[in-house]
Amino acid sequence: MSDFFKKSDLTRKQAESIISDTLRKCDDGELYLENTKSETILLDDNKIKNSNYNSDLGFGFRAISDEIVAYSHSNEISKNSLKQSSENLKSTLKSANGIYNYSIPKSNKKYYDNINPIEQKTLNSKLEILNKVNEYLRSKDDNVKQVTANFLGEQKSIEIIRSGGETLTDARPLTRFNVSVMLEKNGRKETGIYGVGGRESYDTYLKEDNWKKVCDEALRIASVNLESKPAPAGEMKVVLGPGWPAILIHEAVGHGLEGDFNRKKTSAFHNLMGQKVASEGVTIVDDGTLNKRRGSLSIDDEGTPTEKTVLIENGILKNFMQDRLNARLMKTKSTGSGRRENYRHIVLPRMRNTMMLSGKQTQDEMIKSVDKGIFAVSFGGGQVDITSGKFVFNCTEAYEIINGKIGYPIKGATLIGDGPSILKEVSMVGNDMMLDPGIGTCGKAGQGVPVGVAQPSILIDKMTVGGTKL
Amino acid sequence: MVKDQEYLIKKASYCLDLAKKYGATNSSIIVNNSISETVNFRNQKLDESNRSDNLSVNITTYINKKKSSISSSNLLDDNLETLIEKCVETTKNTPDDEFNSLPDNNLLVKEVKNLDLYDDTNFENDQKIDYLKNLEAAAANDDKIINTESGFTQNKSNFILANSEGFCKGYKRSSFTASSVTVAKNEESMERDYEYSSKCHIKDLKDAEELGKLAASQTLRKLNPKKIESEKIAIIFDKRIAKGILSTFANAISSSSISRGTSFLKDKINQKIFSSSINILDKPDILKGLGSRSFDSEGVKTETLKLVENGILKEYLLDTYNGKKLKLKSNGRCGGTTNLYFENGNINYKDLLDLNSKSLYITETIGHGSNIVTGDYSVGATGFLVENGEFKHPINEITIAGNFKDMFNNLNLANDLEFEYSTNSPTLMIEGMVVAGK
Repeated sequence: MSDFFKKSDLTRKQAESIISDTLRKCDDGELYLENTKSETILLDDNKIKNSNYNSDLGFGFRAISDEIVAYSHSNEISKNSLKQSSENLKSTLKSANGIYNYSIPKSNKKYYDNINPIEQKTLNSKLEILNKVNEYLRSKDDNVKQVTANFLGEQKSIEIIRSGGETLTDARPLTRFNVSVMLEKNGRKETGIYGVGGRESYDTYLKEDNWKKVCDEALRIASVNLESKPAPAGEMKVVLGPGWPAILIHEAVGHGLEGDFNRKKTSAFHNLMGQKVASEGVTIVDDGTLNKRRGSLSIDDEGTPTEKTVLIENGILKNFMQDRLNARLMKTKSTGSGRRENYRHIVLPRMRNTMMLSGKQTQDEMIKSVDKGIFAVSFGGGQVDITSGKFVFNCTEAYEIINGKIGYPIKGATLIGDGPSILKEVSMVGNDMMLDPGIGTCGKAGQGVPVGVAQPSILIDKMTVGGTKL
Repeated sequence: MVKDQEYLIKKASYCLDLAKKYGATNSSIIVNNSISETVNFRNQKLDESNRSDNLSVNITTYINKKKSSISSSNLLDDNLETLIEKCVETTKNTPDDEFNSLPDNNLLVKEVKNLDLYDDTNFENDQKIDYLKNLEAAAANDDKIINTESGFTQNKSNFILANSEGFCKGYKRSSFTASSVTVAKNEESMERDYEYSSKCHIKDLKDAEELGKLAASQTLRKLNPKKIESEKIAIIFDKRIAKGILSTFANAISSSSISRGTSFLKDKINQKIFSSSINILDKPDILKGLGSRSFDSEGVKTETLKLVENGILKEYLLDTYNGKKLKLKSNGRCGGTTNLYFENGNINYKDLLDLNSKSLYITETIGHGSNIVTGDYSVGATGFLVENGEFKHPINEITIAGNFKDMFNNLNLANDLEFEYSTNSPTLMIEGMVVAGK
């Protein structure tokens, strides 16, 4: 655990007194301290291209009065710097006249170990694996023209000091291993990308078989795409595979169920609480408590313990995801969803691991039921317009379905749909729920945070596929 | 106040000396400080204030042909010493790469031109609040506007780039940015749109009332959108998204994409890739330009590049490493383009709308649908149906798709270029793209 005051002219006592004084007439607020160590080691084009180590230290001081948030951050943990931030907050909230809410729920549960993944493995052993990845892929297929592989590791230590001196801490490990391979055959080039990760040590992925599986999957996707034909254009049935395709859930409904957009009534879902927003059999939860998953947190970035929040139960909208600010203004409680990319950013209600739970049907039944449509197995990224509800995501592996059979692979295409209505088009929910491999990063208001998704196979009766073949 | 040159130079030379002490044969460093102050409004009331003071240092150490780097926001001397020792240690354990080196001395900038990129004005939070009050009053004027969120940010920054060969230069920059996002609602639909303005100098910023009016009118006109049939159709890209086509082009000609062989424009140098009326320039010395800079992030002098001339690709965007790999000299584009733009076309905006009896005018795209390996393009879009030069009705929940190789060849430009951003395009039309709708 970091001692943020060790090399500072500012003592913990002095900090506590500045915090309490600044937040005296505010409704909420805290000092957030963060120390992050991270590394990137990249192999590209047959060489170790980059080895970077980053050490990031800073604080963010937040004061809230009614709906107004005042925030100030700096890299210098010093008396002067904290005092200047305090002056900034006070000048914004001159007329604050609230009552500070001291209460914050407690939990001792931890969903990951206090480890620094970077220090657990020597540089040489990481370099060695990257070189093996390169050799393995190039020897496996003559069409391999480019291999990129990298390790990303970090340990983020945080401390939250609230008015009155209450202190909450967390230390979060995060690792990721990615492989990208480009094939070239008969003048045509295609790429396949795969990765794994989570809040645990590199060792989970570095064992012989594990890294080979990641390589094999990247190579398989690239090989499929080499044979792909232009994707169809227009509305049709879509079968989504299990696991990572759940970014559809993340984009289509997840963002629209975040507390801030609903308090502001700018989400297409704001007036649908308690109403049917999905087909019967569709249940969606957002869970911060899964062991060592990428989107898991023991406490959120306001200090609230995370939980498993039921968003949609059997088709009915049950809950939004809340941070403390939006929960207070909507007269409900925080769901432990208050997150920030780092100390440079304000807290927003965000997703953690968003999952659609299993139903009863099989993927086979779904494909057999489709006369004309597509089967989407893997995706790149997605995006949503919260207000109109329209969302997109990009297929990176997909096939045409004709007369109940899987046909040829199709080129990457964007799929577009309408968030509030798409879940009513779900006509089958599979029995094969799967978690994603641990690679997701969600962007909102310029802040990226690690998230997870999960879902079973599903059949959507109508979606627009953005191909080029009419 | 943003840290002065003296402080940054002191930190830089402290680090370069340490790198040498621990055994680096060469090293380079960037020390940066930026302070930004933001005020946000929502529905004509103060919503958020945010002050951000960012210090950062990036150090790269070389031991002959080995290289490694560190970055940190903690500029305390003993922390920097620990990190540099670690960096040099890592460098020793990293394999040789024959193309690793500092830039050639004769390519480095000798004299930094004053491009008027810094405005000393301190636009106080109370002044930002007044600006935002005027902006939001104009934006909220129509009853159908149910939510407005607007912000004003002042940013001041200063940096020093130095290396062990004696290079040491840097300068201050400023930017003032105002933006507004509005939501409009009626019985049938709810829509969002935006407008923003960003300038180096406060006096060049768009008038608050004008900005608010634009943010509102651009949202109101999107109400009651329809979905259209799937078909092949001419697509007109509004200026604010046409620049995205240029950004994809820039990615595809970056020397790293070219040297790695992962660009659809590899081996296309001196070949015709656009229709012959097209010229693309990257001009680093525009006074007060948002993308202007005298040297790149390695210190290499930047000069105007004619990237595409009469449709023919003339240059890649080169840095030192990838340049050496391609046996070419850096042209000062480490870190990307400067002020990148299409030269004006030869028809006016009105005539471009009139060129086809039916076309789609796109104002926003969503999704990450540009693949620079294959050139395939497929994104979600919103916009308007244009018939006989007139806007008929708004459109949403469609995708537009094509391949950049064809799109570049079928590209027409209007003559309405303005320098609003760092990458700028006139209104642009591409024929023969596929729309997927119903």
